[in-house]
Amino acid sequence: MLELARSRAATHLASVGEFAVFAGNAARQSLVPPFELQETVRQLYELGLRSAPLIAASGLAVGVVLSMHTRASLERFGAESMIPAGLAMALVRETGPLTAGLLLSGRIGAGIGAELGAMRVTEQIDALEASAVDAFRYLVVTRVVACVIAVPILTTIMNFAGILGGFIAERAATGMSLGLYFERAFSLINATDYVPATMKTMVFGFLIATVSSFLGFNTTSGTEGVGRASTRAVVLSSISIIVANVVLVRLIFFLFPEAAG
Amino acid sequence: MTMTVERHTASAAGGEERECAVRLDHVTKSFGSRRVLDDISLDVAEGRGFVILGRSGTGKSVALRHIVGLVRPDSGRVFVRGDEISALSGEPLARVRRQIGFLFQSAALFDSISVGENVAFPMRRHTPWPEAEIRDRVMAKLQSVGLDQDYEKMPGDLSGGMRKRAGLARAMALDPALLLVDEPSAGLDPITCEEIDELLLGLKQQQGTTLVVVTHNIPSARKLGDELVMLHEGRIAAQGPVQVLEQSDDPLVRAFMASSHSG
Repeated sequence: MLELARSRAATHLASVGEFAVFAGNAARQSLVPPFELQETVRQLYELGLRSAPLIAASGLAVGVVLSMHTRASLERFGAESMIPAGLAMALVRETGPLTAGLLLSGRIGAGIGAELGAMRVTEQIDALEASAVDAFRYLVVTRVVACVIAVPILTTIMNFAGILGGFIAERAATGMSLGLYFERAFSLINATDYVPATMKTMVFGFLIATVSSFLGFNTTSGTEGVGRASTRAVVLSSISIIVANVVLVRLIFFLFPEAAG
Repeated sequence: MTMTVERHTASAAGGEERECAVRLDHVTKSFGSRRVLDDISLDVAEGRGFVILGRSGTGKSVALRHIVGLVRPDSGRVFVRGDEISALSGEPLARVRRQIGFLFQSAALFDSISVGENVAFPMRRHTPWPEAEIRDRVMAKLQSVGLDQDYEKMPGDLSGGMRKRAGLARAMALDPALLLVDEPSAGLDPITCEEIDELLLGLKQQQGTTLVVVTHNIPSARKLGDELVMLHEGRIAAQGPVQVLEQSDDPLVRAFMASSHSG
C-alpha cells in the first residue's frame, strides 16, 4: 500500500517536473526567434476572437446579476447611488479577470487539449516533425503567445460587458441615464485598479495554454486519451488559475499598496 | 551540436557499390522492458528499393522512425546520407529531414487544412517559391496521385485510399532523395494498392528516389524491393534479394515469403 502511494507520488512529481520544463521552454521560445507569426495570428483568431462572443455574453449576464445583488444590499443603507461604482470596482479588480480566466480555461483549455491530443494520436505531430518543422514551436509556442495576448483583451471585454449589464439592470430598476451611470461607474476607478488586475490575466493565459498544451502534446491511448486530455486540461488549468490568483493578488497588494484600498 | 558526417557505401544487387542512403549501425531500442530492436545493422543503397518485412509488432515501423529521427536508439547509430541523424537536433536535424519524405501508415494529413494545402505545406515552409509556382507544383503532385480534382477537399472527406495518395503527394512535395513508406497497402483494396506500388516504382525508376518501405504485403515487397530484410522479434531473420529470402533455411522466412497476404 505504502509502496503504491510512493510510486504514485513519484509519478506525479515526475509529471510536475516535466511540466515545469515544458512551460519553461514555452516561455523561453516565445521570446526567441524565429517567430511563427502567421500561425500565431491564426491562433489569436481561433482562441481570442472566437471566444469574444462567449465572454461578452457572460460579462453582460454577470453584470446584471451583480447589479441586482448589489442593489439588494445597498438599498438597506440607502446607498443605491454607489451601485455603479461598486459594481465597476468589483468587476475590474477581481470578478472580471477571474471569471474570464475560468471561462477561457473551459473554452480554450478544452480546445487545445483536444486538438493537440488528436494530432498526437493521429501522428500529425510526428508528421510535422518529419516535415522538418519544430512542432513544439509551431503548435505550443504559438498558442501560448496567442493566449497571453488574448486573455487580457478578453478580460477587458468582460469588464465592459459587465458594466453594461449593470447599466441594463439599473435602467430597468431606476431608469438611470447612460451618461450618469458611466460617470458614477468610473468615478472611483483608476489605473492601479485596472492595470495590475488585467495584467495578471497574462499569467492566466500562459497557464491555460501551457497546461492544456502539455496534456494534449503528451496524449497517449488513442481517442480515450484525447477525451482525458481535454477534461484534465479544463480541470487543471482552472485549478492553476485559482491558485495563481491568490498569489498574484497578494503580489499586486505588495507592489501596488493603493490597489488594496 | 557537433555534426558527424560519414560516407558509407552499400553493395547493391549485382555487386555494384553505391553510396549509402541509410545506415543503421548496431541499433537497439526498448520501450519499457520490451526490446523492440535488438542490435540491428543494415545499409540501404542510394536509388534502390529496400523493403522491411515482418509480422506485426516486430519493430518495422520503429526502425523506419529511427531513420527520420522521430525515435532515438538506446544504443547504436543511424546515418542518413552520411549525417548521423540519431545525434542531431535543431536546424541540423531539420536540414537532414528536408531530404526525406515520410508516408505514414495513417497518412497523418493535417486535418485542419485542405488536401492541396497539405501538399503545399512543406513547400511554403522550406522553399522560396512564389505562390503561383507552389500552386502549379501542388497540382502536378496531386495529378501524379490522381487527386487533381480534390485540391479543396478536407482530409476528413477522403476515403482511405485517397488519404494515402494525398499523404504520398505531401511526402513527395519537395522531391526528396529518400522516401520512407509505412505500410502503403494497409487497409486498401488490391487495385488501389497496385496503383500506389506503381507510383512508388515510378519514383524509384524515373527520379532515382531511394525507397524504404515497411510492409506485410509480399506482392508489394517483390515489386518494390531490390533488397529485403525480414525482422523477427527485433532481430534480422533474413536479408537479401527476394530469391535469397525465398530460399532461406529459416522456415518462418520461407513461410512468410510464400504467403500471398495482401495487406
